[in-house]
Amino acid sequence: MPLVFAGVCSHAPGIVGRADQADPSAKNRLYEAFEGMRQCLEASNPDALIVVAAEHFANFFMNNMPSFAMGMADHYEGPIENPEWLGIQKTRIPGDRSLSERLIQKVMERADISYAEEWKFDHGIMVPLHFLTPSYDLPIIPANINCQGPPLAPLHRAWVFGQALREAADSVPERIALIGTGGISHWPATPDSGKINENWDRQFLDEWSRCDKAAMLSYADSQSYLDAGQGAFEIRTFMTVSAATEGAPGIVHFYEPIPIFAVGCTIGTIDLEAPQLRSTD
Amino acid sequence: MQKFLFELNRDEEFQARYAEDRRVALAGFDLTAEEQQALTEPDIGLLFHLGVNGQILMHFAALHLIEWQDYLQRMRDGLAVHGPVREGIYAVTGYEGVDAHSTRSGQTNQIQGGN
Repeated sequence: MPLVFAGVCSHAPGIVGRADQADPSAKNRLYEAFEGMRQCLEASNPDALIVVAAEHFANFFMNNMPSFAMGMADHYEGPIENPEWLGIQKTRIPGDRSLSERLIQKVMERADISYAEEWKFDHGIMVPLHFLTPSYDLPIIPANINCQGPPLAPLHRAWVFGQALREAADSVPERIALIGTGGISHWPATPDSGKINENWDRQFLDEWSRCDKAAMLSYADSQSYLDAGQGAFEIRTFMTVSAATEGAPGIVHFYEPIPIFAVGCTIGTIDLEAPQLRSTD
Repeated sequence: MQKFLFELNRDEEFQARYAEDRRVALAGFDLTAEEQQALTEPDIGLLFHLGVNGQILMHFAALHLIEWQDYLQRMRDGLAVHGPVREGIYAVTGYEGVDAHSTRSGQTNQIQGGN
């Protein structure tokens, strides 16, 4: 059936692991936005949540790197990081192998993806789940876009992946929720960690909220790298959600640069009930 | 070198072997003496200089419970001692610094709060 929920959020490890080092008011505003997103997700009464993440070498390496991958297991584990460092305890996260297989089969009609029957979650999925499904009681379907090791799939392929996810969700009886999680501009895990290009972020989020496909597909990785850091390659995750909900407006509930979290922290949802926006094709 | 870190970061049994004897854990990986030293010490700055991806390096630093500001400073020190990143994605641009970037881009909100 049609997607019951769609949104985007940040996943930076510092959001939990370095929470005590942030300005308390900024941290609290972000946490409140996460809580609002959690409530919206819960109200949609989903049977499963697809998390489109930018994986960080927890599962795939340059010896065998898929551009797009989806998990196909009854359970997963995470985080791979030291729990004390991340602030999230190691746990088992439920999946749904049967549902994954049906979704993957449908996605493959339009997009070329890999599947994985084993998957270890890193902060890229664990931080969102820490806020959105804190009891780890909702089956998760992990999906991954290579945003780390070039060559990367071009942006228009991420768009096709999003369209394929929508068709897959439409094809199953389960109520599917979808989130994309990544950074916008940021230079994570480098000596320049904490750099944030707020103007660049706000322009992208404006385009994202209007589902401006032409504008979002016009970004070139080489220029994004110079303007917005290697972390900006993760806009693919936000664009996948746009493609999966094409024509629906996005609402940015929260955006604020929080340097100790190394990213402009973002919470957004798609208004699935709103009238369709005019196509930008 | 990155393959070693990838395997180490995601495998608790491997981490236990590494904790027991770091040099023994390196067996089977094709590494130069410089790389072996960087991995066993561990020398975060040298590893970054050699081109290790930040996500892999961050997880490795987390394994050693290196505090965040210390981790960032070790990378900066590595660049100061060894020079710019030799290869990989970070060799394309140099280190600018958060405050310099904020000043250049006219953003003042980032200067507070450090990195």
